[in-house]
Amino acid sequence: MPLRDITLDDIESLAVGAWVLGTGGGGSPYLGLLNMRALYKEGYRVQLMPAEELADDDWVGAVSNMGAPLVGQERLTDSRTIARAVALMEEHTGTRFRGIMSLEIGGGNSIQPLMAAAHLKRPVIDSDMMGRAYPEAQMTSVAVGDLKPCPLTTVDVRGLESVVDSVPTWKWMERVSRKICVEYGSIASTCKAPRTGAEVKKWGIHGTTTKAIAIGHAVREAQRRHEDPIAAILGVEPGKILYRGKVADVERRATEGFLRGKTRLDGMDDHKGATLEINFQNEWIVAWLDGKPIAMSPDLICVLDSVSGEAVGTETIRYGQRVTVIALPPPKVFLSEKGLAHVGPRAFGYDIDFKSVFA
Amino acid sequence: MRRIGIDVGGTNTDAVLIEEGKVVRAVKAPTSEDVTTGILDSLKSLGSTGVLAGKRIDGVMIGTTHFINAVVQRRHLTKVAALRLGMPASASLPPFCDWPEDLAELVRGGVWMVEGGHEYDGRPFMPLDEAAVVKAAVEMKAKGLRSVAISSIFSPLDPSHEKRAAELVAAELPDAVITCSSDLGRIGLLERENAGLLNAALADLSRDTIAAFEKAIADSGIAAPLFITQNDGTVAEAHQARRLPVYSFASGATNSMRGAAYLSGLGDAMVVDVGGTTTDVGQLKHGFPREANSVVKVGGVRTLFRMPDLLSIGLGGGSHVSLESAGGPIKVGPVSVGYRLLRDGIAFGGRQLTTTDIAIASDVLQLGDKAKVAYLDAATCQKVFAAAARLAEEAIDRMKTEAGDVPLIAVGGGAFLIPDKLPGVSQVIHVQHGDCANAVGAAIAQVSGECDQIFKDMTRTDAIAAAQGIANDRAVAAGADRKTLSTIESEDMPLAYLPGNSVRVRVRVVGDVAAS
Repeated sequence: MPLRDITLDDIESLAVGAWVLGTGGGGSPYLGLLNMRALYKEGYRVQLMPAEELADDDWVGAVSNMGAPLVGQERLTDSRTIARAVALMEEHTGTRFRGIMSLEIGGGNSIQPLMAAAHLKRPVIDSDMMGRAYPEAQMTSVAVGDLKPCPLTTVDVRGLESVVDSVPTWKWMERVSRKICVEYGSIASTCKAPRTGAEVKKWGIHGTTTKAIAIGHAVREAQRRHEDPIAAILGVEPGKILYRGKVADVERRATEGFLRGKTRLDGMDDHKGATLEINFQNEWIVAWLDGKPIAMSPDLICVLDSVSGEAVGTETIRYGQRVTVIALPPPKVFLSEKGLAHVGPRAFGYDIDFKSVFA
Repeated sequence: MRRIGIDVGGTNTDAVLIEEGKVVRAVKAPTSEDVTTGILDSLKSLGSTGVLAGKRIDGVMIGTTHFINAVVQRRHLTKVAALRLGMPASASLPPFCDWPEDLAELVRGGVWMVEGGHEYDGRPFMPLDEAAVVKAAVEMKAKGLRSVAISSIFSPLDPSHEKRAAELVAAELPDAVITCSSDLGRIGLLERENAGLLNAALADLSRDTIAAFEKAIADSGIAAPLFITQNDGTVAEAHQARRLPVYSFASGATNSMRGAAYLSGLGDAMVVDVGGTTTDVGQLKHGFPREANSVVKVGGVRTLFRMPDLLSIGLGGGSHVSLESAGGPIKVGPVSVGYRLLRDGIAFGGRQLTTTDIAIASDVLQLGDKAKVAYLDAATCQKVFAAAARLAEEAIDRMKTEAGDVPLIAVGGGAFLIPDKLPGVSQVIHVQHGDCANAVGAAIAQVSGECDQIFKDMTRTDAIAAAQGIANDRAVAAGADRKTLSTIESEDMPLAYLPGNSVRVRVRVVGDVAAS
């Protein structure tokens, strides 16, 4: 399959769909969307390239914005900063990237590669390394695959640039890069360790930009036609409805730089009388129906506004909202014993065995 | 305590007199183009029985939809100079970047972006480039711009750069009206800046409207301070409201909910306000409307205003009714005859069947000429009422946040459309003067203060106490009596990824208007 043009309408859909795949976290894609609208208005265009088109010895740059979504809401995302992180990596490693991909398709990071790609005139690779959103650097397919975690470039819009040239493990990369990010003001544009075409083909989670666009398109079309947007999502993705209810309580606490807590829902319709609790660490991690775990990471737990079908985040969910909770199938790479060690319930401190909604 | 509450709506100007907690008299007059005449007429009518004679009035509180209508209808807007302090960040998303193009064309007088702003922890992001601010002001002057909106990164935490830039601009442009985004609140640069830009766009209209209010009060011979009601059910003194007209945007809806609480004596209930064209459904908590805490769009512009969380549907006293005989099933709304009801309704000699005609035919209302609607039989009328009730029922159910049955207060001129029994509702309450609930809500408004800020390296208790102190001081500065202050909202949220136990605290306090 050759390269295809990404239309502005695709990007509007991507912003909605990536927020659903954000499973409660990942930050809102709104500012990225605004940047892309501005770039498209100025004549910039971006193409999407399937990973299978890569030659084994091509190089690919993987990007993400790191830090506190709240700081992003004040500084606003500038499309040139992420492009600079990629250019810095090319200067540092002396490679030229064939394409640019996202570390994380869930949330705002879905749009970061498009901004870099527009400025650098390269295609976006239709793959990512999470298939959703996760809070930490080692919660990726490439970490499960034991690929090299370094180097990493970080850029701040004021001309602050640093390269983490060598670390022994993904955990060290998380610690060191987090420190840099905090000094910058808790936000940094980053380019992760460059990947070869062979690595991307083997370890990438494929087709996720296309998937996010399809989900967003289904939601937007359903909204336009006043149809049920959640049914529309299930029409394009093999997901399952877990629960419909109203938010009865939200409890949040910040520990070790993460937003942790739980929300309690009171059931409606078919679920009247049943209580669902969902624990979160930036993203929704484990859902408990009347005390029994019914869905857990790496299955995607998506909390959606029952009327609009749009995703509800862990930072913004509030008492009284009417929501539908659905599960979407996880990337296969996380289902191995090694994968579950990185992102299964025990990786988040829940002593339960992973059981998929889709088993 | 004796107060007059006035609601200047698109169609009617309502006025009520409240004395020692009781509604003494409530009247309606048509709204006039110049605003002043309508208010004068309603005050004249209010005083026509002598209830005002020789009495001291403690305050006149006016609520109006004028400002929001100006934005929605793109009328009476002032060209704005946008000055953002935050370079080199944010350059790719300049002020107005997410505005509807037609509105941006009308309002955008020029955009200037210079270095400045702060970090989340209070460090400066960049030093303020004062020379660039002065240069911008000189250019604004050359372009003839006289309303300036200043925004800065993390200004809710540290407004010093905005304040300094305002001084520098004022030195060049002494007659300019300057809006600082930090006066409008919350974290989220784009939404806060949008609020500032809208506020600046209303500078001329606000000056003229408040002057019209003041003239009306002066001409009526009532010697009382003037207050303007705010989105959150409180009031600001006229001079402060003139500076921040966006805070009055949603006051009509808020006033009717607050009025409903007051007239029914209930603090926690659902409220349905049935007007001529639309029905608003909201929820009261402790006597105040529950606020929408997410993004609110005004005229297509994203903002973070303190607005009541309302669901509006197209149902009202002027709603078009089409009967089964016309081909389909009975249909009520969403189209309405609006303010033309007394001309276009069948009972008034017009040709459009409305819900009010149905109410006249069923003896629910005594209005117009009943003979003209005598052809409507009881069974048909019942079906129309049932169709209207279904619409209301669905909206009420969508806004309910509790599983159990809750009381529902029905207010507004079209409240007759709400039946006495609804599923999920423990009791439907119709109140006396319910058709003037918004003017009652204006009359009983209080003064508020709010703080929404990030606190670092403090215990949760200390952070909340600090926020409380700031909110209290702001309420007093807005005209509240310190002795009567009470906290009606306190919310704290630890921040993911930020180090040092950062917590964002939002506190809101209210109090009675201090005696002048």
